[in-house]
Amino acid sequence: MLLIACPNCGPRAQAEFSFERPLASIVTPTETLPDLIQKLFTRENPRGPSWELWRHTYGCAGWLKVHRDTHNHQISAVLPVDMETPS
Amino acid sequence: MQRYSALSLLRGGLNGQKSWQRAWRDPAPKAHYDVIIIGGGGHGLATAYYLAKVHGIRNVAVLERSWIGGGNTGRNTTIVRSNYRQPALHNLFEFSLKLWEGMSDDLNYNVMFSQRGAMFLGHSDSDMIRLAERGDAMRAAGIDAEFMTMDQLRKKLPLLDLSDNARYPIVGALNQPRGGTARHDAVAWGYARAADALGVDVIQNCEVLGMDMVGGRVTGVQTTRGTIGADRVGICVAGNSGQVAAMADLRLPIESHLLQAFVSEPVKPMIDMVIMSQSIHAYVSQSDKGEIVMGGDPDLYPTYSQRGRPDRIEGVAGQCIALFPALSRLRMLRSWAGTTDMSFDGSPIIGTTPVEGLYLNGGWCYGGFKATPASGWTYAHTLAKGEPHALNAPFSLDRFETGATIDETGAGPMPHHR
Repeated sequence: MLLIACPNCGPRAQAEFSFERPLASIVTPTETLPDLIQKLFTRENPRGPSWELWRHTYGCAGWLKVHRDTHNHQISAVLPVDMETPS
Repeated sequence: MQRYSALSLLRGGLNGQKSWQRAWRDPAPKAHYDVIIIGGGGHGLATAYYLAKVHGIRNVAVLERSWIGGGNTGRNTTIVRSNYRQPALHNLFEFSLKLWEGMSDDLNYNVMFSQRGAMFLGHSDSDMIRLAERGDAMRAAGIDAEFMTMDQLRKKLPLLDLSDNARYPIVGALNQPRGGTARHDAVAWGYARAADALGVDVIQNCEVLGMDMVGGRVTGVQTTRGTIGADRVGICVAGNSGQVAAMADLRLPIESHLLQAFVSEPVKPMIDMVIMSQSIHAYVSQSDKGEIVMGGDPDLYPTYSQRGRPDRIEGVAGQCIALFPALSRLRMLRSWAGTTDMSFDGSPIIGTTPVEGLYLNGGWCYGGFKATPASGWTYAHTLAKGEPHALNAPFSLDRFETGATIDETGAGPMPHHR
């Protein structure tokens, strides 16, 4: 089980969190149709590190940006959702 | 191919088991094949078998990066059923079930297909309405389905907690008597042996690293055992479909998630059919060895690790013990995990791709094992004719952008969002 360091609550077990979607797949009201299809369906599905949107559902209920490797489970950053991701 | 029979068993018993030949060859890859299938699981091997048997295309290679049947074919809970409500799904899975019924004879290999019945439990009035609709849809399509009352359940499954104060109260069920289980390894081995006998090269320890493209058309694959040319290439690597498709610059409507399964220590026969609950999403059966086989929700976040989260073990064990309190004293023997292709409507993708010469079979979500023969049959047809069979035509890659999704539960990778 992952140990996720919530910026509000500190390190907590994965059981308190829920994965929502890749960060690149957040849909805005002004998407073009090709972008919408890519965000909803043809996602990158990376085997390696990427940014994801998670929620500390059973903790502070805050939305979080998580930089996580889908192959070795390493988490290198957890940010509040309103903070810019480093490029 | 050396035929297996009661007589050959007897002969083996009398000569110290020295008369057995190897079941399939270990060929080196040729320079060129008519069809290359990437992925030596049950689906890929079945595809090769039906290509050779039904379509007469025998210059075929199945490329497997490790050993055949070592991926999700060997990691599932071996349940076979066709109890779907939507026509596209129950037509495909019922065709599959009929192939299962003749598979051991067809392959001359005992796949230990056991039609012990597959039961969906109902926990509420709305569950029972949904199950009745499902059963009606099945019966209208000529598929067996029977509604089970509490009295029938009490007789059939005395160990089930049918009391009023059960954690998950049960009010009825829908049974498919022809559903059941099969021996998963035997399915891979049986198809490999039968395909090999028809001239198919089953090539193990051969990982595909890239695709050769000429003018937007796939002409072959680069592998750890050299470059191999092909007229047609079929991807059949559920779990890693996106990774292989990316070699041809193709993005798929698939997210890779983890599904776990568990077995207890073996005990004497106590559960003689497959019991599933769609509402709590747990399934239980007993293997022929006596182990209680259990499964539940996926791990609910994308991963390729093939390592499951431990809280899922506790969750599934809790659900199964609530259904069958007698399981509480059993010790867990093993747990394992498989990376599954989760498509966004919960249904598979079998068909052509925008890349010429490249075909796709993947996105099997929770339900790939039971589809093995139909998946192979329809994929072989698609690879041989260059267009889908009527059974897999609805399962096209472009259905997500056109809106023609096949969403039996509307679940996809996130069943808890239902």
